[in-house]
Amino acid sequence: MDPLILSRMQFGANISFHILFPTITIALGWVLLFFKLRYNATNDSAWMRAYFTWVKVFALSFAMGVVSGVTMSFQFGTNWPGYMEKVGNIAGPLLAYEILTAFFLEAAFLGIMLFGFRRVSNRVHTLATVLVAGGTTLSAFWIIALNSWMQTPAGFEIIDGKAHPVDWWAIVFNPSMPYRLTHMLLASGLTVSFLIAGLSALRYLTGDRSESMWKALRTGVFTAAILIPIQILAGDQHGLNTLEHQPQKIAAMEANWNTGPNVPLVLFAWPDEATKENRFEVAIPDGASVVLRHSTRGIVPGLNDYPGLHPPVLPLFWGFRIMVGTGILMLIVSWSATFFLKRRHSLPRPLAMLMVPMALSGWLATLAGWYTTEIGRQPWLVTGVLKTADAVGPVAGSHVALTLAVYLILYVLLLIAYLGVLVHLALKAAKDGDTSPLPGVMKTAMSQPAAGE
Amino acid sequence: MTFDWPTALPLIFAGLMGLAILIYVILDGFDLGIGILFSVAEDAEQDTMIAAIGPFWDANETWLVLAVGLLLVAFPMAHGVILTALYIPVFVLLVGLILRGVAFDFRAKVPSGKKHRWNRIFFLGSIIASLAQGYMLGVYVLGLDVGLGGIAFGGLVALCLSAAYAAMGAAWVIYKTEGELQKKAVAWLRTTLVLTALGMAAVSLATPFASPRIFAKWFVWPEMLYLSPLPILSALLFLWLWRQTFHLPKPDDRHALRPFLTLATIFALGFAGLAWSFYPFVVPDKLTIWQAASATESLAIILAGTVVVLPVIIFYSFYAYRVFGGKATDLTYD
Repeated sequence: MDPLILSRMQFGANISFHILFPTITIALGWVLLFFKLRYNATNDSAWMRAYFTWVKVFALSFAMGVVSGVTMSFQFGTNWPGYMEKVGNIAGPLLAYEILTAFFLEAAFLGIMLFGFRRVSNRVHTLATVLVAGGTTLSAFWIIALNSWMQTPAGFEIIDGKAHPVDWWAIVFNPSMPYRLTHMLLASGLTVSFLIAGLSALRYLTGDRSESMWKALRTGVFTAAILIPIQILAGDQHGLNTLEHQPQKIAAMEANWNTGPNVPLVLFAWPDEATKENRFEVAIPDGASVVLRHSTRGIVPGLNDYPGLHPPVLPLFWGFRIMVGTGILMLIVSWSATFFLKRRHSLPRPLAMLMVPMALSGWLATLAGWYTTEIGRQPWLVTGVLKTADAVGPVAGSHVALTLAVYLILYVLLLIAYLGVLVHLALKAAKDGDTSPLPGVMKTAMSQPAAGE
Repeated sequence: MTFDWPTALPLIFAGLMGLAILIYVILDGFDLGIGILFSVAEDAEQDTMIAAIGPFWDANETWLVLAVGLLLVAFPMAHGVILTALYIPVFVLLVGLILRGVAFDFRAKVPSGKKHRWNRIFFLGSIIASLAQGYMLGVYVLGLDVGLGGIAFGGLVALCLSAAYAAMGAAWVIYKTEGELQKKAVAWLRTTLVLTALGMAAVSLATPFASPRIFAKWFVWPEMLYLSPLPILSALLFLWLWRQTFHLPKPDDRHALRPFLTLATIFALGFAGLAWSFYPFVVPDKLTIWQAASATESLAIILAGTVVVLPVIIFYSFYAYRVFGGKATDLTYD
């Protein structure tokens, strides 16, 4: 078997599994901080109950993110040694700064955030929560900087076949970085708000009407309703940025085979790369020209300009549409739920039942979006600098096939266990309602065992 | 002698990487060890043992990420060579670390009927990760030899490193618990100590005989004299600790941290010996740290950050250990 395609599948499987959990922890850290600050301000114990339900989800997601992230850090060397050999001078410092500034910060204060309630004062505990949330976000900053640099490299020169840094500012804030970072942070916010809304809707459906359920439900629904229009705008801007810097990716996403004006917006099609045409096409005339160039005469790049150097069309075309479709569904659901919660102070059962599977809509959209942008970078690993095929290591295909199979089995089992625990935690919270004993929150720390015992 | 950055930086980074590996082995050593000792502990004891490592394990594992990260960023050539040569054992290590890391959280959150299953997975993950690390050390010591001899030696080191981790785990339990469990841990420490000593002796003897270059570095006058404290001190510490296990725990639980610190010192001595053997190579007998290093300007910018951030990391790591100092109590989110 071909080690290249197997290694790509393995990297894809690992990073797909990995990204699920940071997507949750990045925003959930801030939501937990919000719960805690609300409690500090109002002394309403329902906020604290919401906090304790969701801090468990945070702890579990964080652990899943850590272990799959450790796997990622080894993957570079085991499967893609050519990557670091060619661009290690750029990628190295970015990864090093992620580890030094973000990983240690979150890891060290996570213990205090999770288990330190009785050990430190409330103020220190809040600070630990801020540091963990800040750490996860900082981690996103560095890794998005590196990923964006691979998409739109800048600030470097090639000496003796290796990339050398020239301008670190240009490397970190490369052309696509601000757009991708914004898009991803909003995606994280949406993933978490739909997760919270969905699991709260599950509690609602089982008859739970506790204050902590309402508080979590409202937080999830309202946050989603606010974030989704911003995300649609940010996504549109990101798309225009891609049009400027990676037109071949846009050409594949729109399944546009020939450069020219009056390009239709294809709603549905089965792009066929062999015949270079779309089968079963349903399209809005001039649509793509209007969306991308704001004029029916606008020239939209076509795949014919990039023979042999454009990404595969089918996965991009559909990845993009799944992401956008999910986004539109998110808009409809979050706004309807907001309407009912604001005006009727209740949730119709059918809407609640729709919200439960929508708990995972953020994951779907995030994965579809990342597949679009990452497959959209092919055949390049670093656009214009290094091809994916040139970075793969000398490991035998059979070895990669073996490890890939085990990873896949492991990931499926872990995912089932993870989702099982989420449902279990939601049902347990629903059963306890507002009767669960309130944890001991105090303004000052208990005596430090280190000193006192 | 003039100071010259292109020469100094790879050396500094080799030192930093060595430091990260050593800290990792000591810190994650004790929590992997506790996972191994799960197999001989009762249910209630397992909860206490988890409580003794719960707030720390994640930060401990971050040192591995830093070590691999430094290998990746400072010595990209070596990173590729070593990790592709160790493809399967690295994979086994990762599966072990994944299982252990998630079992930690799952065991506390699943319905109580399923807790047993995750306790087993926690043990399995810990032992798999420890064995894989030992195996890789063995193969690396023999110059990444994956012939029959290399595999056999790797297997031996795998067992001994796992025993060493279990000893670290036992020492940590002695520090963090009291009563019956603490007494049990003393017995665990005594048993595992023997295997640890055996393993260190095996690695110490195999290293010079596997490579004439390393032999020449150790058995030549006067270096032999300067190096002699390493093995002698290690042996003395082993003997002392072994005798201590017959007198632990002390009245009033005095010096409960001492077995752990002694083991950490032994680890550090052994590590220093390995470092001396392999210097200046990062891939044994193939790539020196200068041949494998990244560009000077990249190393410089990482170093600038490291100098500022590492002391802060060490400071708040100490703080976190202090917050959870003393005997382990039940681990709760409230």
